[in-house]
Amino acid sequence: MSYLPFFVVAWILGVGLYGIVTSRHLVHQIICLIVVQSSTYVLILGVGYVTGAVAPYFYDIPVHTPAVDPVVQALALTDVVVEAAVTALLLAFAIQAHKRFGTLDPHELVQLKG
Amino acid sequence: MTPALRRGMFLVGIAGFLAFYLWGLTRLPGFGRYPGPYGFVVNRIAVGQTNATGVVSAVNFEYRGFDTVGEEFILFAAATGVATVLRRLRDEQEGGRSRAAFGESPSGTTDAIRLASLVFVGPVALFGWFLASHAQTSPSGGFQGGVVLATAFVLIYLAGQFLAFRRVSPADLIDSVGAVGAAGFAAIGLTAVVLGFAYLYNFLPLGTVPGAVSSSGTIALISFFVGIEVAAAFILIVGELVEQTLLVRAEGGDK
Repeated sequence: MSYLPFFVVAWILGVGLYGIVTSRHLVHQIICLIVVQSSTYVLILGVGYVTGAVAPYFYDIPVHTPAVDPVVQALALTDVVVEAAVTALLLAFAIQAHKRFGTLDPHELVQLKG
Repeated sequence: MTPALRRGMFLVGIAGFLAFYLWGLTRLPGFGRYPGPYGFVVNRIAVGQTNATGVVSAVNFEYRGFDTVGEEFILFAAATGVATVLRRLRDEQEGGRSRAAFGESPSGTTDAIRLASLVFVGPVALFGWFLASHAQTSPSGGFQGGVVLATAFVLIYLAGQFLAFRRVSPADLIDSVGAVGAAGFAAIGLTAVVLGFAYLYNFLPLGTVPGAVSSSGTIALISFFVGIEVAAAFILIVGELVEQTLLVRAEGGDK
């Protein structure tokens, strides 16, 4: 048996988190957050995968054909929608921050506050 | 906190996380060995129960329908939130000169991009409509279709026509369309309650042929409402963000 997709999850998550921690630009940081969230797609789709099975669409195949778990695929869809919502809001906040403080560097923003 | 210290602390934390993650993996059944049973059960019964051959849509709009109501309202709230966060700023800068920039094309737009964008507006809109109306048959649905439909409007902006983008998608109208989409979904659920069923019960005739566009009862109808809601939400979000970009450029502060 293989665990490769789950290692990919850890890699994507780690790379995204590293980007968030070391980022010097809010928009870059938001993109890193998208990368982090992408790891959850791989995770939940990987959990529902069945070796040799087809996609859960029975338009032109018999109903009894082995298919992968449709529930996790629906959850991935929810995940994408939430990501889009979060990204849109964060970008709006980044615009606000730039308007108000004239910088998008998170380090400088922290100093401004303190 | 210095960047080096911050990075060091992160590496310590991620190492700990990785150790726990790998430890957890040893008890997982492994890739491709889905233990079930829910996925298998849904795959077996969905087509017979709903006449929808797209089981993912059946899960989204039927079995998990109540969750999807919440999901749709998350997007609705986000679009409203973006408009709210950016609104005050826009009022601050309602000075005459910023309006001049609205007819300008985004920087870096070549004639080739403009032409290609305009050519693709029609086909992309049609494709989005196709996706939103075929949730019950094939890999598609209101969420995917709505995003593609919104892309058709963004292409108009990409063609260098922000004024045209605003003309075909005035914020008030798009607001109302989004509200109709969100309310339509909730209203379908309430209709089922009025008719004496559970919330979001599939009370419409399911049709006779599985996979036909007219089959699957409320699944197709909900997908349609989700489609227009998602399209409206994305047009609103993109419109607000693009408007900010043009305002910044009009101020001359294109940093």
